[in-house]
Amino acid sequence: MSARESILAKLRAAPKTALAHPDIAAHYQRFPFPDDPVGKLRHWARMMRSVKTEILWTDATHWPEALAEWADHRRPASLLLSDTPHGHQAAAALATRPTVPALRYFDSELDGWKEQLFHDVEAAFTRVRCGIAATGTLVLWPDAQEPRTMSLVPPIHIALFDTTTLHGDFHSAMHQENWAAGMPTNAVLVSGPSKTADIQLTLAYGAHGPRDLVVLAMLPDGISPAMLEEEGA
Amino acid sequence: MNSQPVTLYPSRQFKDNARAALADTELRGSLRSAMDFLMAKRSSAFPDTDELDALRTLGEAIRQRCLSRLPELLEQLEERLTANGVTVHWAETPAQANAIIHGLVAARNGTLMVKGKSMVSEEIELNHHLEAHGIQALESDMGEYIVQMAGEKPTHIIMPAIHKTKAQIARLFHEKLPDTPYTEDVDALIRIGRNALREAYLQADVGLSGVNFAVAETGTLCLVENEGNGRMCTTVPDLHIAITGIEKVVEKLEDVVPLYSLLTRSAIGQPITTYFNMISGPRRPGEKDGPREVHLVLLDNGRSQAYADQQLRKTLQCIRCGACMNHCPVYSRIGGHAYGTTYPGPIGEIISPHLLGLENTRDLPTASSLCGACGEVCPVRIPIPEMLMRLREESQRPAGEAVDHPLRGQGAAASTTEALAWRAWRRVYASPGTYRLFGWSATRLRALTPPTQAGWTQNHVPMTPAPKTLHELVREREARRKES
Ligand code: SF4
Repeated sequence: MSARESILAKLRAAPKTALAHPDIAAHYQRFPFPDDPVGKLRHWARMMRSVKTEILWTDATHWPEALAEWADHRRPASLLLSDTPHGHQAAAALATRPTVPALRYFDSELDGWKEQLFHDVEAAFTRVRCGIAATGTLVLWPDAQEPRTMSLVPPIHIALFDTTTLHGDFHSAMHQENWAAGMPTNAVLVSGPSKTADIQLTLAYGAHGPRDLVVLAMLPDGISPAMLEEEGA
Repeated sequence: MNSQPVTLYPSRQFKDNARAALADTELRGSLRSAMDFLMAKRSSAFPDTDELDALRTLGEAIRQRCLSRLPELLEQLEERLTANGVTVHWAETPAQANAIIHGLVAARNGTLMVKGKSMVSEEIELNHHLEAHGIQALESDMGEYIVQMAGEKPTHIIMPAIHKTKAQIARLFHEKLPDTPYTEDVDALIRIGRNALREAYLQADVGLSGVNFAVAETGTLCLVENEGNGRMCTTVPDLHIAITGIEKVVEKLEDVVPLYSLLTRSAIGQPITTYFNMISGPRRPGEKDGPREVHLVLLDNGRSQAYADQQLRKTLQCIRCGACMNHCPVYSRIGGHAYGTTYPGPIGEIISPHLLGLENTRDLPTASSLCGACGEVCPVRIPIPEMLMRLREESQRPAGEAVDHPLRGQGAAASTTEALAWRAWRRVYASPGTYRLFGWSATRLRALTPPTQAGWTQNHVPMTPAPKTLHELVREREARRKES
């Protein structure tokens, strides 16, 4: 008998009890995250900042400028972009600046240039699928254009986030977007830059993944950064 | 020459180990402050007790439902993963699991494996097995990396190096890593580890990881972490091997939502970890990174023994948060090494007998004051004290006694003296005449009570009978009442 058959036979021989699947949605209806767009954004920002995330409020038209300003100030030596409309928009905005980081597109399989990615790329810029307010989270859905290592290997990850996709909690993100219907090769929830407290419980950022996470958070008409940063926010 | 591998069971020396640990003041200091910190963090992560109660009830119900359908869910998981391009392997024993993993690495002539955190890989002693075949297995979780460099084993399932001070780690890095100056600055120490390991991800032929939840519905492996080393190990090398116990399967994708929340909040008091990594297959055509091959090894190693018994099955609800350890008055005084098992603390006391047999773990179910703290904090409501009582019973049950679900090592803690004592006790209590005679002689001969009474007098004053039996005292009182 193979290991598989033997394990399954043992499990099948065990006593059976019929138990219903619990109603998970009901739990999240009982303890919902308040559905107020400004409240959600404030909470999201507070949670993300509490784990050292930098948030730059912007909007759908001005984000390339915001990115360029950030780059002027921060001066990353190199920036990895995706071969996508937003990747090209970023490149165009950066090109107008006095100092332009060395730009590179993720346009070929990683196997040929793994070493360069590890040694020569300081920052990478990707899009975000959606956000989760309760925990201060971004959901990444890497694909052929924006592969998984972009948000992992370079020390700085810059994420473009459309804040209208902000969900209250993880359950509603998964539910409303029907993730169960088709998962990508890899989906990742990201809440801050990588960190560890493995040495004497002292928190240190930049464990193995990015040291810095910068979010270009695009606000819709009607919500201004001032509304989010008011007293008590 | 025929050399037999020697297996050591440090778990057999639990009592000696515990005594040594209690005498180690440095260890006790680090443990105390770490446990206090983790307990405070956990309680602040659950400000609303109604929500906590409801979430624990939900977590328990999900785990019990998934276990009730375990064989079907494992088959469904296999089918979905296979459809997604992942190869699924089954192993009944650690030896089988090691052989499978070694075979996969050897097939590509691999020499370096980078490892994300995996307690199951510790359980099967994978590193030793691979090293014996000339394959280096490098731990990449910072805590595990430190512990491996020190030639030790993890002492906590979430915080492997919790027993070490930063000065000890500074000395270790300085001595073991070339060109490393001595520094106690934690940021600098982490940077040293980061740089060394980044080279390893780049060079490694294979990445190994554990699994926190395996979703049958979608064929998804979920990994919980803060550091990003798990993502590195599962993304950068061309071959990814995941290993997990058969109990980790959940039915639906949404099952992971409450379980993940319970896990991070109970374990370290964080609302969420930095990364929740959901892997559903190898690199697809057109994708530009990710492993081309992904394998999952499903390990039994005694779990089916726990499964066979409806009471003990609850052991398998565990989501390995470590909260029971952090709140255990025994663990917080002796630390993880004393248990001599992969899983220490209360969860270790109830799972290890299934993995290693009661013959190798017979003292573990007694490593508890039954204070109940573990059961009270367990996010999936495992009645740990009840499990401990049951395992004590099984470890005392005569080896020959036939029962429905015999446990490996049944009767391992049974002692002839104890059995004789209980037999005598039964005789005395079964007959009123003998009972009276016993009571009379015990009280009248109390001066002869032995000053050392087996284990009892190690930590207590000797038990001495009262001058008169309770019956006599009551009779005397009744007589006095009648007179007055
Ligand atoms: S037994 Fe409960 S408290 Fe202990 S590790 Fe498992 S889930 Fe956590």
